Amino acid sequence: MAEWKAAKPENKVLGWVEERLPILSLVNNVVGPDTPTPRNLNYWWNFGSLAGLMLVIQIISGVVLAMHYAATTGVAFDSVERIMRDVNYGWLIRYMHANGASFFFIAVYIHIFRGLYFGSYKAPREVLWMLGVVIFLLMMATAFMGYVLPWGQMSFWGATVITNLFSAIPMVGESIVQLLWGGFSVDNPTLNRFFSLHYLLPFVIAGVVILHLWAKKISDSGNPLGIDVKSSADQIPFHPFYTVKDAFGAGVFFFVFAMFIFYMPNALGHPDNYIPADPLVTPPSIVPEWYFLPYYAILRSIDFPLGIPGVFELVDAKLLGVLAMFASILVWLLLPWLDTSKVRSGNFRPLFKWFFAFLVVDMFILTWLGAQKPEGNIPLYGKIATAYYFAYFLVILPVLSRKETTLPLPESISNPVLKPAE
Amino acid sequence: MSTLENTHHEEDGVTRRDMIHVGAGVMAGVGAVASLWPFIDQMNPAADTLALASIEIDISQIDTGSAIIVKWRGKPVFIRHRTAEEISEANAVAVADLIDRQTDEERVQAGKEEWLVVMGVCTHLGCVPLGTKTGEEKGDYGGWFCPCHGSHYDTSGRIRKGPAPKNLEVPEYAFLTDTTLKIG
Ligand code: HEM
Ligand code: FES
Repeated sequence: MAEWKAAKPENKVLGWVEERLPILSLVNNVVGPDTPTPRNLNYWWNFGSLAGLMLVIQIISGVVLAMHYAATTGVAFDSVERIMRDVNYGWLIRYMHANGASFFFIAVYIHIFRGLYFGSYKAPREVLWMLGVVIFLLMMATAFMGYVLPWGQMSFWGATVITNLFSAIPMVGESIVQLLWGGFSVDNPTLNRFFSLHYLLPFVIAGVVILHLWAKKISDSGNPLGIDVKSSADQIPFHPFYTVKDAFGAGVFFFVFAMFIFYMPNALGHPDNYIPADPLVTPPSIVPEWYFLPYYAILRSIDFPLGIPGVFELVDAKLLGVLAMFASILVWLLLPWLDTSKVRSGNFRPLFKWFFAFLVVDMFILTWLGAQKPEGNIPLYGKIATAYYFAYFLVILPVLSRKETTLPLPESISNPVLKPAE
Repeated sequence: MSTLENTHHEEDGVTRRDMIHVGAGVMAGVGAVASLWPFIDQMNPAADTLALASIEIDISQIDTGSAIIVKWRGKPVFIRHRTAEEISEANAVAVADLIDRQTDEERVQAGKEEWLVVMGVCTHLGCVPLGTKTGEEKGDYGGWFCPCHGSHYDTSGRIRKGPAPKNLEVPEYAFLTDTTLKIG
């Protein structure tokens, strides 16, 4: 851990405050001039701060939306339409919030896959990584409940299908679903509680982000070479070097974000959500938001039980699908123990690189499959893609980390002379 | 006046004070858990939701071979006036071959075999299966087809193919007269 440097501000008032609450020192030691940071971070390292900025944007735009939104089934849809048509700049704030969720997920997905490639989950960063997984799960819950709020057809049927997942739990499933609904179907009580939680969870996320950054402070940033910092020659101060680089990245990212908000605000949404919710009519196909599609594809691919169908079923098909879906994310928590290779960075793992590239392709395929109707060959492709997904974590990584011959690692970050392979 | 010394029972190292500590801790724990329950139970259906009255439906207008959807407790209910072929189809299958083994008899009321009353809620993940309205796809077994993940139900509302694990649920209902049905 980098040592802690107390800030000593020149300004008398700041100094007085600092003595009583060392908040400047805190900033200085986390993102300031006294935060030594590896000198070789590449652009993949920009996405953490971008995710943080997106969280801020979601909270600000969301709090404003909540001033005009009404969480009652009869009026929810109309209140969102009123935001779009009548509230000054309401359209802008809502489009920011709706597309902001997508861009939040884009940033976080890149951030996570950066970690998967560069081995960011390995010692000493296990807890840092696991807190990241917790943030991701909370984000999914938040976005899911947010999507229910406009009370369109997709809101209603998405909520119905997802809450029904819990009915797969043996014995208590039905009671749990009624508990979630507060009734016998997704209805007003459900909308109300989802709004309450949708408002709350982003602040819980902010809390876990603080723990995430604290853990980062303890273990320091990793870097693309995946080797430890050897001397101060390997490091540069976070400010101004990475504050400026992050700001530049934010400029580019927000440029694309703005393009969506102003020129194609509904490109990432589903048109059916502009039809008010109707409990008696299921839309022809229910498609989740794009960022949920890979897991939805995994859920649907499992249409067989664990055991021998009809004879001995340890876990029925429905429950197995639900378990597989949750497991597809929870398996990330085990990564530090599944991949035991001492070499962190994929740059020095010639075989790993290929399997990782396939995983990325596999994610895109699962995303595509999740949006297709489950007909023809789609279910078969889904099974293959799901099999690779789990094989990557549960078979390929453990085997690779024992068998793979890794490339020689550089001497140090500042002196990239190769030393012989261990 | 009791002093610290005379609360000691040195033999086994356990004091009266330890006992009080453990007791107090346990009581606080029980209290904390007990006060958690209202915070969980408030999520369950409230009294007014539970009180949702039963509904009465006039079924005289439903021709043989057609069906209607009514809303009960926020959910769709299918009421189907079955044809003779549909009834014999439902009776023709060997129960042992079914995913959720039930005879047609168990799913209708004796003497009223032409009326099939089931919840319009797919037992997979809760979509409304197609097949009630004329022209809608009825699936491979002539009953209902759930478009969400492809479950097929037969003319008795039993699951025959696809991911759904159970037959369409039969709600509690009674015939008040020959043309009035009461659900709930
Ligand atoms: C983690 C951060 C957040 C995410 C990922 C998120 C996501 C979403 C999504 C996907 C929607 C549906 C947008 C649509 O299609 O209309 C939504 C709606 C909404 N959110 Fe959020 N949200 C976040 C934070 C917040 C916060 C902090 C608040 C309030 C304090 C809030 C208030 C609202 C309101 C009132 C709506 C309904 C209006 C609408 O649909 O546009 N959100 N949110
Ligand atoms: S909800 Fe009907 S098949 Fe999935």
